[in-house]
Amino acid sequence: MATISSNRATFAQATWLVAEREIKTLVGTKGFWISFVVTIAGLFALTVLPTVFGGDDPKVAAVGSAVQVVKGKALDVREVADVQTASDLIRADEVEAAIVPDGSGIKVLALNDPPGDVIRQLVASPPVELLDPSAVSSDQRFVTVLVFGLVFLMFGMGGAAIAQSTVTEKQTRIVEILVSTVPVRALLAGKILGHVILTMGQVIVLALTAPIALRVAGLSELLAVVVPALGWFIPFLLLGFVLISSMWAVAGALVSRQEDLGSTMGLVMIAVMGPYFGVQFFFDNPAVLAVMSYVPFTAGVAMPVRMFAQQAQPWEALASLGILAATVVVILLVASRLYTGSLLQTGTRVKLSKAWAPAE
Amino acid sequence: MLTVRGISRSFGDLKVLDEVSFDVRPGRMTGFLGANGSGKTTTMRIVLGVLAAHGGSVSWQGVEMTSQNRPHFGYMPEERGLYPKMKVRDQITWLGRLHGVERTVAQRNTDQLLDDLELTDRANDRLEQLSLGNQQRVQIAAALVHDPDVLILDEPFSGLDPIAVETVLDVLRKRAASGVPVLFSSHQLAIVERLCDDVVIISKGRIAAAGSREELRNRHATARFEIVVAQDAGWVRDVPGVTILDLDGPRAVFEAEPQQVLAEAVRRGEVRSFTPVVPTLDEIFKEVI
Repeated sequence: MATISSNRATFAQATWLVAEREIKTLVGTKGFWISFVVTIAGLFALTVLPTVFGGDDPKVAAVGSAVQVVKGKALDVREVADVQTASDLIRADEVEAAIVPDGSGIKVLALNDPPGDVIRQLVASPPVELLDPSAVSSDQRFVTVLVFGLVFLMFGMGGAAIAQSTVTEKQTRIVEILVSTVPVRALLAGKILGHVILTMGQVIVLALTAPIALRVAGLSELLAVVVPALGWFIPFLLLGFVLISSMWAVAGALVSRQEDLGSTMGLVMIAVMGPYFGVQFFFDNPAVLAVMSYVPFTAGVAMPVRMFAQQAQPWEALASLGILAATVVVILLVASRLYTGSLLQTGTRVKLSKAWAPAE
Repeated sequence: MLTVRGISRSFGDLKVLDEVSFDVRPGRMTGFLGANGSGKTTTMRIVLGVLAAHGGSVSWQGVEMTSQNRPHFGYMPEERGLYPKMKVRDQITWLGRLHGVERTVAQRNTDQLLDDLELTDRANDRLEQLSLGNQQRVQIAAALVHDPDVLILDEPFSGLDPIAVETVLDVLRKRAASGVPVLFSSHQLAIVERLCDDVVIISKGRIAAAGSREELRNRHATARFEIVVAQDAGWVRDVPGVTILDLDGPRAVFEAEPQQVLAEAVRRGEVRSFTPVVPTLDEIFKEVI
């Protein structure tokens, strides 16, 4: 028995065991499922609700000769006998407006606001010719930015579970057993891998339900535009998540108690919120968006949005993805050193410089 | 055999270990004694490879340890810790697998250990649902699940009630008997005295004494004897060359050349007992540190 056994877990096995435990632990919590279900429900709400609430044609009443005028327009017309009846319907909020004869023409009756949506149907708009037609309207782009941003924000913040799990290990001191058993890098790699797998699983479910939501909402034509963008969003989201995960892990390793976690999470929160707000504010500013699409932290949302808006060529996306991947490698190396340097330090918060210092 | 040779370690300007050397022999329980802050935990961490030494070496079976050829350690840290929300059985099995044990073997070992440690009916409870004493037994199981080559236990008995101490002792003795070197630290000298075969005493980062329990006792034995006679033993103080340490009616404890006292006692009447006083570990400990 007292000989050197060879059946030590390999780096890959150790990494996988750590990942497996992370996944099982997180999937076993209620919070995980609640936030996941809320996300899917939110996605459906975002796509379906506007059509439910705003999709119907405006209701109008028409009197006499005016009926001919409103025929064939996108209006829900109700024919009434006289102007008095039409006015009563308006006051009773049965219809939004009434179209009544006025001399040789017509006039529109409404309660207290000119009914813009009704008037638009009645005036002849001049023909419009776009010199550089975009397949995506500004509204659609806004929705995409919102959805991509939210998903990125949600998964980025979800990475906080890595910090919590690291602190748990430090706080309970099981970390001493772990470190004496497997390499610290395997611990870090396993944590990131476990959470990436979980995130990927959630993204896949979202990617599968998003088309369903769009179909339910009758936005099938938008689907054709969203799908390629989604194709770009997923690799960006995954690499971005690895980037943020390693930062979360360091944030966790620097403190020894859950209560102290707040003091190290700030920077990571900025890295997660930055892309979300940045892209929300500047989505209509191609120049700023272009810059953001190359900055590793904001690229995760900015580049897929540009691809979606057809503002960027595929090679740009690949270049940005390359920059992101390179950053991930660098951050992983830095994080791995900081993680190793701080994991066994207990007590007060570990200073970054101390965590970085070469092992004595 | 685990061999520690000349390891030193400083934290900043503070020298915590200074040329520490000792052996942990197979099949024997080695007690590691020292006051708080004397360097026990630091030494154990260096042996485990969790902490680097500033000089010196740790060898296993005569070969210096590196991160590649370390033996399988079973480690129980002083500040206990396992995952509070993980189920007992799952947790032990997982740790076994992390040590490189196959899943089925890890499961079998886990069930055996839980049985030995009388925890079988708590196997599917989360760790945090157990009492502290039971959590500590789980900790022992965690240190043993992978059939380690060497056991390093930091204060394995603190916080255990006497019955739990016996349960844990049984399990550890079985391991030692199968040839595994066991190094354990403790401040409960009575337990160490009863349990260990070898003793290492560390004081302010230096080894103050090391060897088998008997060796140490003999080495620290004094010319100290206890005599019990039928009548009052007051006369002992008048024997030339005697230093009385304790005198209580018919009983006297003294330091002197014993034969002279014995002869005098026999001449005076009945001698009920005459024994050399062997120093307890407690006394040796206080003497050397």
